[in-house]
Amino acid sequence: MRDEAVRALRRGVAVLVLAALVLAPWTVDDYTVALLARTLALGLVGVSVALLTGVAGLPTLGQTAPYAAGAYASAVLGSRLSDVAVVHLVVAAAAGAALAAATVPLVVYARGVIVLMITLAIGELVVTVVGRWRSVTGGSDGLAGVPPVRPVWGLPVLATDRARYLYALVVVAVLVGAVLLVLHTRVGLLLRAGRDDEARLRASGHRVPAHVAVVHVAAGAVAGAAGSLLVVAQQFVSPADFGFDTSALLLLGVVVGGATSVGGALVGAVIVVAGRDWLFGVLPGYAPLVLGLAFVVTVYLLPGDGHRSAGGPGRLLPGLPASPGGRERPAPTGART
Amino acid sequence: MAVDTRIDPYLVPALDGVAYGLLVFVAAAGLVLCFGVAGILNLAHGTLYAIGGYTAAALLDGGWSSLLLALAVGTVAATAAGALVAGLLTRVAARSHLTQALLTFGLALVGGSLLVAAFGPDDPPVRVPAALDGSVAVAGHRYAAYRLVFIVVAAVLAGLLHVAVRRTRAGMLVRAAVDDAEMVAVLGVNPAWIRLGVLAAAGALAGAAGVLGAPIIGPGPDTADAVLLLSLVVVVLGGLGSMGGTLLAALAVGQIQTLGVALAPSAAPFLLFAAMAAVLAVRARGLATARRAS
Repeated sequence: MRDEAVRALRRGVAVLVLAALVLAPWTVDDYTVALLARTLALGLVGVSVALLTGVAGLPTLGQTAPYAAGAYASAVLGSRLSDVAVVHLVVAAAAGAALAAATVPLVVYARGVIVLMITLAIGELVVTVVGRWRSVTGGSDGLAGVPPVRPVWGLPVLATDRARYLYALVVVAVLVGAVLLVLHTRVGLLLRAGRDDEARLRASGHRVPAHVAVVHVAAGAVAGAAGSLLVVAQQFVSPADFGFDTSALLLLGVVVGGATSVGGALVGAVIVVAGRDWLFGVLPGYAPLVLGLAFVVTVYLLPGDGHRSAGGPGRLLPGLPASPGGRERPAPTGART
Repeated sequence: MAVDTRIDPYLVPALDGVAYGLLVFVAAAGLVLCFGVAGILNLAHGTLYAIGGYTAAALLDGGWSSLLLALAVGTVAATAAGALVAGLLTRVAARSHLTQALLTFGLALVGGSLLVAAFGPDDPPVRVPAALDGSVAVAGHRYAAYRLVFIVVAAVLAGLLHVAVRRTRAGMLVRAAVDDAEMVAVLGVNPAWIRLGVLAAAGALAGAAGVLGAPIIGPGPDTADAVLLLSLVVVVLGGLGSMGGTLLAALAVGQIQTLGVALAPSAAPFLLFAAMAAVLAVRARGLATARRAS
């Protein structure tokens, strides 16, 4: 049937993308490989944005906050603890989760555009703090010369751009796989139910705010882990990596990727970020203009509702209950009235 | 500026804070209107302020007439830009908040790069009218005359805004649209026109703030982001949609940014964050129920 054809096509595309990602470092130069590794880290942040925006229905512009927390925790704390990347990853994820947990009271009862505003303010304030806390973060100059790391105990140090890229790829693949697995269980079902009809889920005795809090912390941990990848990838970290434009770019990538789809969000974020980097390379000076126009055009080109309905085709996640359809169905993101 | 430390050394920062707070209020008032009426997070709001700021830098030559001219041109230009944003938003009005935010962010990027292309990548200097360029004595302190006048003008603007929202028919329609947009539409008022009017008015306020505030928060490539962030913080702190709350929040932020820095320089970077976190944590439930996603 059509659904199965779409599913097969999606699997095929996923396999192709994965193969291209694995082979990429042998086909392009070192600089591009380094850029790609950074892009993968941003893609992982995109996954955390999709987790909140698409799956849980909390549109966010503030995932750069746990991302920054993870990156600086990895660069400052992790470097003192050990030279093993996995330790850094855990430290970074813990930092991201801690920051997300600290901001849970701010977002857990808010919905829709209010979340957008609050998260944007949180993200911007975190970047401001990072930029001014010179003694720890190096201020706006950033932290340069982060020492190279070994992936796990006993392996050699990641000395080349290719090795760092492959490390990032493995981590992203494992984390995205874990997120997809969890979303396949009852947890994913509950989150989507809370997004689509919060009142009904509450009426059946579920504590939706608790779900929201958990997913917010989990998304913070994923974004924090991505921060550690960023530090490994570019061995440098500065507040410029976590600006407001990064949040908006990720949100665009997530929306392009289908919003409710975690895999689509990864691909969308990678495409949008790579497009941005390419634009800045070929059109220095005019890149923001072209990028802004791209935002406007994308918004106009997006299909009908801005998003596909949650149960329809277009997700990379098979196996969910079919959409009941109907016009009164709330939008997958934001609207929880 | 020369500070006479014999008397209270914190008077000047406190006054600066009032000027700063009123400026942020006038800039943020437009954002409150957009958000409250149309449920739009206008990420291009800071760019509207920057339009006013660049106009001031380009037109001010030290005379009174140039100030009036800059005020008129800056306000009209920012109003037009606000109306343009509204026009572009009308086509995606039925979509989610997300698409609207993305659209306005794209417009902010485009507007910002056009402004940089037109006025250059540096922060242009701003010349205030010669008569206001000096300083006056306030309780034994020397204080910039322009800022004192600005405090008065901004307070008048805030008062006018209050009267417009509370007492005029347009203001009543706007408040009605905040409470129940569908009912207003049923009564025969096209919500698209209200949205257009509100975004244009928001542009006018931001443009006027940009021209008058150029000597305080000057134009430059980073201005749009800085003003957007400040406005956003103020709007969130003020209770998302309340004008009075926004004014209080703006004055508090002004004091945090000036008096707070003077009192506790080492903690200064975190004060704004801490204040926001504290207020939000206390009021989280109230904020969410005040206006559930409309």
